[in-house]
Amino acid sequence: MDETALRRTPLYETHVALGAKMVPFAGYDMPVQYPTGIMAEHKWTRESAGLFEVSHMGQCSIIGPDFETVAKAMEALVPADILSLKPGQQRYSQLLNIQGGISDDLMITHSNWKGLEGSLYVVVNASRKGFDFAHIEENLPPGLVFRRYDSLALMALQGPKAEEALAKLNPAVKALPFMNSGRFDLAGVEAHVSRSGYTGEDGFEISVEGGNAARLWNRLLEDATVKPIGLGARDSLRLEAGLCLYGHDIDRTTSPIEAQLQWSIAKRRRADGGFVGAHRVQRELLGGVSRKRVGIKPDGRAPARDGTEIQDESGRKIGVITSGGFGPTVNGPIAMGYVETAYASAGTPIQLIVRGQAMPAQVVNLPFVPNRFKR
Amino acid sequence: MKFSKDHEWVTVAGGIATIGISNHAQGQLGDVVFVDLPKVGRVVKAHESVAVVESVKAASDVYVPVSGEVVEVNGDLAGDPSLVNRAPESEGWFMKVKLSNEAELSELMDKAAYDKFVG
Repeated sequence: MDETALRRTPLYETHVALGAKMVPFAGYDMPVQYPTGIMAEHKWTRESAGLFEVSHMGQCSIIGPDFETVAKAMEALVPADILSLKPGQQRYSQLLNIQGGISDDLMITHSNWKGLEGSLYVVVNASRKGFDFAHIEENLPPGLVFRRYDSLALMALQGPKAEEALAKLNPAVKALPFMNSGRFDLAGVEAHVSRSGYTGEDGFEISVEGGNAARLWNRLLEDATVKPIGLGARDSLRLEAGLCLYGHDIDRTTSPIEAQLQWSIAKRRRADGGFVGAHRVQRELLGGVSRKRVGIKPDGRAPARDGTEIQDESGRKIGVITSGGFGPTVNGPIAMGYVETAYASAGTPIQLIVRGQAMPAQVVNLPFVPNRFKR
Repeated sequence: MKFSKDHEWVTVAGGIATIGISNHAQGQLGDVVFVDLPKVGRVVKAHESVAVVESVKAASDVYVPVSGEVVEVNGDLAGDPSLVNRAPESEGWFMKVKLSNEAELSELMDKAAYDKFVG
C-alpha cells in the first residue's frame, strides 16, 4: 500500500458529488470549500446553519471499573477538572508534555451512552491522533481499557438555525445545554450528539457509524437552512471566535497559560497539580508569563498570515502571528499571535511586517465576533 | 487578449500593456479580499513577482508577463477587491506597463491555446 496515499472519510464521495474542492489535510482528502466559496459558506454559518464533516478527527474511549478511576487516570494527563463532570457533560482541555507544553487540545466527555456509563469519550485533533492515542493508552493504569473508534464519522451542525434544523429530526436535542451530550435517534440513525463546536455559534457535534453518515448528512441537507461548509470557512469561523488551532496558536512549546487558556483549569487542579506539566502551569499562574496569546487587528485591509513578525513601534521584534487571515463577518483582516506580556493589553499599537513593509495594527480582545453558545 | 503560463492576461494598445489575472486563476484563488499592487514608476522584468492577491485562505504572487515600466495601477481594487472575482478579464485589471521589449509578447498564448493549457 502506498503510505503517502491520502485517507478518505466516510463522506468523501458525497463531498465530491457536491462539487467540493478536495485538499490534503492531516493525511486525509478533505473538502476545503464547496462551489459557493469560503466567504459565502462562512456567512451562511453565522446567519443560518452550516454542516461540516470532521471525521478525520480522532474519537476514543477510556473505560474502567467506575467513573472515579477513569477520571483520575485522565486527570493525570490534563489540567482540567474531570472528576466533577456529570454524565453527559463535556469539557475542553489540553494534553501537556512534561515541560508543560501542549501536545494537543481535546474534548473530554463523561459518557452517558448505554453500556458505556462511567467511561470517558474523547475527541482529539486529526493531526495529533497517532500521538495522542498512544500517549493516553501508555499512561493508563492497569485495569483501564483504551478503545479507538476508527469506524465512526463525525459531523458538526453550526449556526443560529442549527437547533431548529436538528430538532426536526429529534425535538429532544433542544433540551441539551452547551457542553452536554447524549444519545439520540436522528432520522433512524443512532447518534451521539453534543452541544458544542468550533465556530463560536450555537450548534452540535454528531458522531455516527461511518456507514450511516451519508444518510444523516443528506437528510440534514434537505433542510433549506442547512448548507455544506468546508474546512476553509471552518478556519475563518474559529479565528473570528478566537479559538486556537493546534500547530499554529498552540503547540509543544506553548503552555496553557501563555495561550490564555487558564479558564479551562479549575481551582482544585491549579492548587493540587498532579498532572503532567503541572510544574510550569503552577509556576506561570503564580509568577506570570513572558508572552501571551492575543487578538490582533491590522489597521489596513491587507491580511497578515501565520509567521508574520510583530514589532513594537520602535521596530523591535516582540512576537509573531500564529493565525491570520480575513474575517468575513468582521469584514476585514484579523489575526492571533504571541506578544511579549508588556504589549498584551487591548489597544496597544503594534506593527506587522508584511512583505518587508511595517503595517500598523492593534492588540484587541478576543473573540472578534461574540460567542453565541446556548448556555 | 493573450495569456501567460502563470495565468495572467495581457492586452496591448499603443505600446502599453494592460495586465490582469485570468478567469481560471480567480476561480482557483476563491474570494479575493486584498490586492497588493506595485508602485507606479517601478521598472519590472518579465516573470517577476510584482503583485500579491490575497484570498480568504492564502496569499498568491502575481507574475508580470512582460518587461517595462508600471505607468498605472487599478485604484478600484483597493475599495472593491472582489472585482477580481466578478470581472477578472475587464474591470478587475491590475496594472498598465509601458513595454520595453515587445518581442516578449510572442511567448504568450492566445485564448484557444490558454484554454487548452488549463484544460
